[in-house]
Amino acid sequence: MNQPRIDLSPKVSDEVRKTTCYMCACRCGINVHLKDGKVAYIEGNRDHPVNRGVLCAKGSAGIMQINAPSRLRAPLRRTGPRGSGQFQEISWEEALGTASDWLGQIRRTDPSRLAFFTGRDQSQSFTSFWAQAFGTPNYAAHGGFCSVNMAAAGIYTMGGAFWEFGQPDWDRTKLFVLFGVAEDHDSNPIKMGIGKLKARGARMIGVNPIRSGYNAVADDWFGITPGTDGLLILSLIHCLMAAGQIDLEYLARYTNAPVMVDDATGLFLRNDDNKPLVIDRVTGDLMAFDQPGVRPDLNGSYPGHRTVLQLMAERYLQPDHTPEAVADRCGIPAERIRALADEIARVAFQEAISLERSWTDFRGERHERMVGRPVAFHAMRGISAHSNGFQTCRALHVLQILLGSVDVPGGFRFKPPYPKPVEAHPVPHCKARPDLPLDGPHLGFVHGPEHLALKDDGTPARIDKAFSWENPLSVHGLMHMVISNAHAGDPYPIDTLFLYMANMSWNSSMNTRGVIDMLTDTDEKGDYVIPRIIYSDAYSSEMVAYADLVLPDTTYLERHDCISLLDRPISEAEAAADAIRWPVIEPDRDVRGFQTVLIQLANLMELPGFVREDGAPIYKDYADYIVNHERRPGIGPLSGFRGNGDQTGRGMPNPDQLRRYIETGGFHIAHVPAGAEYYKAWNKDYQEWAVGMGFYDKPQPYVFQLYVEPMRKFQRAAEGHGERQPPEHLRDQLRQVMDPLPIWYPPLEDSRVDPKDYPLHALTQRPMAMYHSWGTQNAWLRQIHGHNPLYVSRDVWEKHEFREGDWARVTSAHGSITVPVALHGALNPHTVWTWNAIGKRKGAWALGEDAPEATRGFLLNHLIHELQPPRGDGLRWSNSDPITGQAAWFDLRVRIEKVAPQDEAGPPFAPIASPVGQGPKNLTWKVGK
Amino acid sequence: MTALPQSTERKLGLVIDLDTCVGCHACVISCKGWNTENYGAPLSDMDAYGSEPTGTFLNRVHSFEIEPGCGGTAQTVHFPKSCLHCEDAPCVTVCPTGASYKRAEDGIVLVNEDACIGCGLCAWACPYGAREMDAAAGVMKKCTLCVDRIYNENLPEDDRVPACVRTCPAGARYFGDLGDPGSAVSQLVASRGGFDLMPELGTKPVNKYLPPRPKDRLKAASHPPVPVSQDSKGFFAWLDRALEKI
Repeated sequence: MNQPRIDLSPKVSDEVRKTTCYMCACRCGINVHLKDGKVAYIEGNRDHPVNRGVLCAKGSAGIMQINAPSRLRAPLRRTGPRGSGQFQEISWEEALGTASDWLGQIRRTDPSRLAFFTGRDQSQSFTSFWAQAFGTPNYAAHGGFCSVNMAAAGIYTMGGAFWEFGQPDWDRTKLFVLFGVAEDHDSNPIKMGIGKLKARGARMIGVNPIRSGYNAVADDWFGITPGTDGLLILSLIHCLMAAGQIDLEYLARYTNAPVMVDDATGLFLRNDDNKPLVIDRVTGDLMAFDQPGVRPDLNGSYPGHRTVLQLMAERYLQPDHTPEAVADRCGIPAERIRALADEIARVAFQEAISLERSWTDFRGERHERMVGRPVAFHAMRGISAHSNGFQTCRALHVLQILLGSVDVPGGFRFKPPYPKPVEAHPVPHCKARPDLPLDGPHLGFVHGPEHLALKDDGTPARIDKAFSWENPLSVHGLMHMVISNAHAGDPYPIDTLFLYMANMSWNSSMNTRGVIDMLTDTDEKGDYVIPRIIYSDAYSSEMVAYADLVLPDTTYLERHDCISLLDRPISEAEAAADAIRWPVIEPDRDVRGFQTVLIQLANLMELPGFVREDGAPIYKDYADYIVNHERRPGIGPLSGFRGNGDQTGRGMPNPDQLRRYIETGGFHIAHVPAGAEYYKAWNKDYQEWAVGMGFYDKPQPYVFQLYVEPMRKFQRAAEGHGERQPPEHLRDQLRQVMDPLPIWYPPLEDSRVDPKDYPLHALTQRPMAMYHSWGTQNAWLRQIHGHNPLYVSRDVWEKHEFREGDWARVTSAHGSITVPVALHGALNPHTVWTWNAIGKRKGAWALGEDAPEATRGFLLNHLIHELQPPRGDGLRWSNSDPITGQAAWFDLRVRIEKVAPQDEAGPPFAPIASPVGQGPKNLTWKVGK
Repeated sequence: MTALPQSTERKLGLVIDLDTCVGCHACVISCKGWNTENYGAPLSDMDAYGSEPTGTFLNRVHSFEIEPGCGGTAQTVHFPKSCLHCEDAPCVTVCPTGASYKRAEDGIVLVNEDACIGCGLCAWACPYGAREMDAAAGVMKKCTLCVDRIYNENLPEDDRVPACVRTCPAGARYFGDLGDPGSAVSQLVASRGGFDLMPELGTKPVNKYLPPRPKDRLKAASHPPVPVSQDSKGFFAWLDRALEKI
């Protein structure tokens, strides 16, 4: 036996630099190991609140992202026709000069002729500030085509939703119920949470048409038919109310369940201070809901009025909500729906937990313990991305509230700075004037028709028609409608489309072919219908080819960023947290961080807020802004190390702040006091801590809104009340969908196409090892998901006599694609699905034109139109939730037929020329000597 | 032919929980990253941006479906697979040069790349398909159990575990001495019914798998609650009674 001697303690690296991952939106802490100044290895940061040391496949593959051959190298000016991919490299001086000329002219004449939309942007607090200073009303990020239904429904209902707003109480919950695809947001925390549940023997239930990923490890799987989640949830509510399995004390104290609603108007009975009124159970008198000592009566009576809970009982106890009435449509037997309701109620009430922690509520009442209902829910895009998604998300939040499981031990918990009531958010602003900033923040929460973003003539003020009668609560805008509306000149034409990190000519658009045509369409004079397109991306994505001017961004290890509490924070339930990125390596290309470029443009245009009175720049780059910008006095992008370095939340800018963040691992964490960890919306200690942190300037306690009065105000407008009146063609829709209590209606596609012609639902899921289109350029990740078959159920497989290696034509009301098929047994029988955004256009991402992503990979996007089929009224009806404008990706219905095996997936697209060439043939990567 | 040690002082290996693995591939890529930069030749990627990208991986996740038929609910199982560090490792005994060997002190099966001639016999002999020939280096690659991490004095003590274990987000992977019945991993195997992969082959794998727990048992309400109301009228009567008790 001659064992060779091996070095068991090799040097791991010269230096470890700690920053924040950006391989997806999860924002984990990473340790970047460097050898000879090069990235040698990336692992999770054990101290970081988001990932506690673990890291997903994407994060570990970061090394292949920062060496990706698809990285853009220098600013580009288009030389060939749009879409050709022909460019000339230019200097930054020329690029910035060109952009500021174009934009400056717009600003001096009509700022609304700029549409500035950002995609997977994590600096929306900054980009919106820039857009506001510029003065265009046309700004939003990508939430409208992502998960706005979840966020909006959560905030209107209870002051926050899932992911960035809150999380299950992983250490205490005993039953976790997961609706729909969720692998794409909050990915490591959910995996860690599932691991914790499994280790404790807690149970997990998955409700999803597809059993993959998290649903594979669920103890029970409910393979629901897409688009019927709301129907199922309202049936669960029926069962729980019928069984008396609801938390009456919680509902009476912390929700608007006892508030009196006027039978005639559907509005709340209010006092002179405009406070909603309840009947006090002790005195029988009307009292303000928040009056100290009041015992709100859920069953109170007052002439001409009913309580919210009474209205709910009258609605949800109707026979149309019984499991038997919904079972066929949901694809779940009635007895299993009853079993699910029973299980939820059993855990919530028979396994209730109690923490011996005293706390005081907003009415001044002291409680000796914290009672918990250990059932936690989570959902994201799966239930959001339907045209009935807002009401479905509302239903899920209402279900949690009826159980008394929101922000209690074992339930769902808010993360600071949430919860925050609707009233603590801005309302939308849209008034554009030449040479002036916008009159306020673009995005916000309307309280009624008075806050819609309409022009004086009643037409939409925004290019995406957000906050219009078509979708009044569109709190994240409608990015998926921008190009279509701009091309149609509806509601008005624009001059410049300015996009950041959004692959709108490919996987981020519905109707990809149509969008490409819109981007390249010319008028009778031969000019482009959308005259100018500026695009910023770090990589050679499909969208680059359609830009007139390309501003190359850095990779995530080469830049400054802040993950801010003013934006989309990374807090945990027991702590507020924020983080930075910083250049752990220097770019080897002529590229600049996009936020720095925005500052340089703002300085050239002398935008208010960016220059002093003498025109001198306030900020030289984004790092300077992160440290020195104050949103309100003492409140800036980062909460840690303010003032002299010892202040948290509030404090003067500290020039040493970034160094302190770098020294402490790239993040800052501020713990919530133990007595303030639950019941945050009503907890006096939490409210005071939140004021100290600067989340708001005075305590903002509120009660959860089972009944959302602002929605009723839109219904009333549709009924003819009020000054601002909807157009006639939208009255019926508003009356139906703006119901102040959760309802279910079939996905709108079901009423537009005959389900007999299109019997199957078609979905996408995002794989855990890929993020949007980004993963494909990654030499390691593309070996995991290099192409994407269409998965069909055994029913479909056998009906069409498919065999391994077969192909199929998939047809929707809008178009058809030809794709490889594969069998997936653990699938709702009426559903087909594929992985999202694997398909690529030839020539993009520095891949070979024969890459499997471009030959066998495909997009469902070709089957989904951004508009509903024409109704003969000449109007353009968007394929979105009529409440929020959320893109209704998952409404899609298709039929399928077997075709002869193909060489390539269809429809075919001509290759685009690559501005960066193609990657090297083989990789043998080792940076250490 | 290469000899195996009569016995090893310890039996270091992995325990993988199939009830918890969500199939995220984090272990696959973390392994790729560490072992590209560390022990031996880098794990190469041929045609990395082309039509048939094929790289060397020491750990891969396979997904299987179980369709029970007769109306039973179909299941998906994610199955990560790497070298099992067998006690009777056929990949070692078949090696003509002594390049493949099993360490006497901890049982880790390694390839001495200096002695490997790239003949591929070991990969043929391995019934688990756990070895991959690196196309660029021409040497056989396999899981090292991160032998250059687990004893590495340049790493903090809690990082001295294989890269796949350190990174697993769901905590489905455990590392330890399976030769010590008192170790945490041995006890976990005992309590959860951990099993050997294909024990009938007699390779005596050190790595163990924990089986998925029984699933889909929620078929009907076990103790259906007595309805307090069938309609809103009954509900209001119940509500008044219930509120009296608060």
